[in-house]
Amino acid sequence: MSPRKALELTDAVKEYAGTPPVRALDGVSLTIEQGELAAIVGPSGSGKSTMLHVMGTLDRPTSGRVSIDGQEVSSLGDRKLSAVRSQLIGFVFQQFFLIDGMTALDNVANGLLYAGVPKRTRRYSAAEALVSVGLGHRLTHQPNQLSGGERQRVAIARAIVHKPAIVLADEPTGNLDSTSSEAILELIHQLHRAGSTIVVITHDVDVANALPRQIAVRDGRIEHDVRRSDQPISRTATVGHDSVVTT
Amino acid sequence: MTTPTPAVSGRRLTPSRLRISDVFSVGSSGLRTRVTRTALSALGITIGIAAMVGVLGISESSRADLQAQIAALGTNLLTVTPSGGFGGGDGALPADAVATVSRVGPVERVADVVQLESAVLRNDLVNENETGGVTAMAADLDLLATLNGEVAVGSWLNEATAQTPTVVLGAVTAERLGIVEVSQGAMILIGGEWFTVIGVLEAFPLAADLDRGALIGKPIAEELFESDLSSSALYLRTNPDQIDAVRAVLGTTVDPQSPDEVSISRPSELLEAQDATESAFTNLFLGLGAVSLLVGGVGIANVMVIAVIERRNEIGLRRAMGATRAHIRHQFLTEALLLSALGGLAGVALGVAVTAGYAGTQGWDVVVPPLAMVGGLVSALVIGAIAGLYPAMRAARMAPTEALRAA
Repeated sequence: MSPRKALELTDAVKEYAGTPPVRALDGVSLTIEQGELAAIVGPSGSGKSTMLHVMGTLDRPTSGRVSIDGQEVSSLGDRKLSAVRSQLIGFVFQQFFLIDGMTALDNVANGLLYAGVPKRTRRYSAAEALVSVGLGHRLTHQPNQLSGGERQRVAIARAIVHKPAIVLADEPTGNLDSTSSEAILELIHQLHRAGSTIVVITHDVDVANALPRQIAVRDGRIEHDVRRSDQPISRTATVGHDSVVTT
Repeated sequence: MTTPTPAVSGRRLTPSRLRISDVFSVGSSGLRTRVTRTALSALGITIGIAAMVGVLGISESSRADLQAQIAALGTNLLTVTPSGGFGGGDGALPADAVATVSRVGPVERVADVVQLESAVLRNDLVNENETGGVTAMAADLDLLATLNGEVAVGSWLNEATAQTPTVVLGAVTAERLGIVEVSQGAMILIGGEWFTVIGVLEAFPLAADLDRGALIGKPIAEELFESDLSSSALYLRTNPDQIDAVRAVLGTTVDPQSPDEVSISRPSELLEAQDATESAFTNLFLGLGAVSLLVGGVGIANVMVIAVIERRNEIGLRRAMGATRAHIRHQFLTEALLLSALGGLAGVALGVAVTAGYAGTQGWDVVVPPLAMVGGLVSALVIGAIAGLYPAMRAARMAPTEALRAA
């Protein structure tokens, strides 16, 4: 029995209605192993955002299959899809999307809100997650009291607070200056070393090159998929996770 | 493809769920961070509910006061007066009227007064024509008891004082003559004779004519002024259940030859008519309150629609974090309900305060019908639910990818 994959796309197609119909995703097959850190890179209009949406169950593929943590999700209804998102997926967005007027701690605790976790436990886990992204000293700060880099750290803490099977980060450094960007990338590496499975969607080739695997997308197809040989995947598997066997 | 066993999938998914306690904190988060807007948008509901509760409270307090008055005065009082019909009525009732009426079974009490021609003057220096609208009257000793009247100062006539030149003044008479004290032995002139004031009465709400009277005993009136005392008004109390029957026979009983020269009235009906007039106004104001409530509801719907547009990204984020459509719908519906409940509670409080303030100036007891308070709150919630429904559905229908698009 092969270990289950964090994420698997099988011949995924996404078409938008129109004349002629736009094929944003044109038969993509892709596997993300557990504990992997990968970049999906491509220029705007390449279909990488659609890919993020389909991978994150925010949108259904027109055809093809999507499975997350071994669960086939492409045919699920709204309630089950929401359950998948609440427990198996963590999102990081370019615009952070922190809720104003809510402390960093409560913003992170919201990551557990729809899993029905009691408030006390949510806050405890949120504090842990904030400490793990280096913001242990900013628990009670409001978003508008934080720098851009700190906000993105809060957003990352929110994406990992429920220990998802996969974290999808959409241009996580897109709104940040170069210093903060480097720090965020370092944090992503650090989480990866600690065992998280992370997919970074970016248009920035430099960001992509800093990651162990690059999946280049163009016109809705995978152009190439390269794993850097100096950082084989098997080495990323750490204690607490199944060891990953490269096929 | 089979359902993955836990051994393969590692995790068993539980359905997305939002705890009840969290529904409220999520639903109120938008309100807490926009306090001014919350207050302003709840204000419409507040005004509407306050208007309705206030109007109902004030009219109920007024009615309770009136009812208490009517109850104290009794609704079984009938007044018989000469109507001066075609027969060229002489302005008086037949001399034996009291005797005949008291023979009618259900009549429990009867008393009459006789208007005298004699002028009432404060003293002998006053011009005889300046009586100030005060009339001298000879009264039955039973009069006070029949009318449930009260003595303000001094005492009422009795067998002894009815035979001596003593007088008891109606409330208005006492005021016009400037007599507030009877212990000093104040005296007034009636028909040229000096009378000692022994008492002043409280006002008679059911027989205002008597308030302008100077009441003396029948024996002394007969002795000094007129030998033939025929009643100018009859007041009678009947068994409350038979009041209509008594009323029907009263005309012919009092004056068998010309019953149409007798006019019979039931004074408590006047007060009840006043009550009915007030409730017409109450309905008008209730209508205005309802309109304002409706406008408040439209305001809430408006604010909620704007909130849904403004908080598109938040909706997207919550969907990405695992909120179902129902969770989003509940969030905005809760928000609208909280908004209207807030407005409703403030409105009820304001309405009660207005009622208490107004009743205080009128000297009434504060009566706010519980139904008005509960009804006010419930109607606020109903309006809030209706107002929140469309925005909430709109928020829930929004596709996550659409909601997450940068503003």
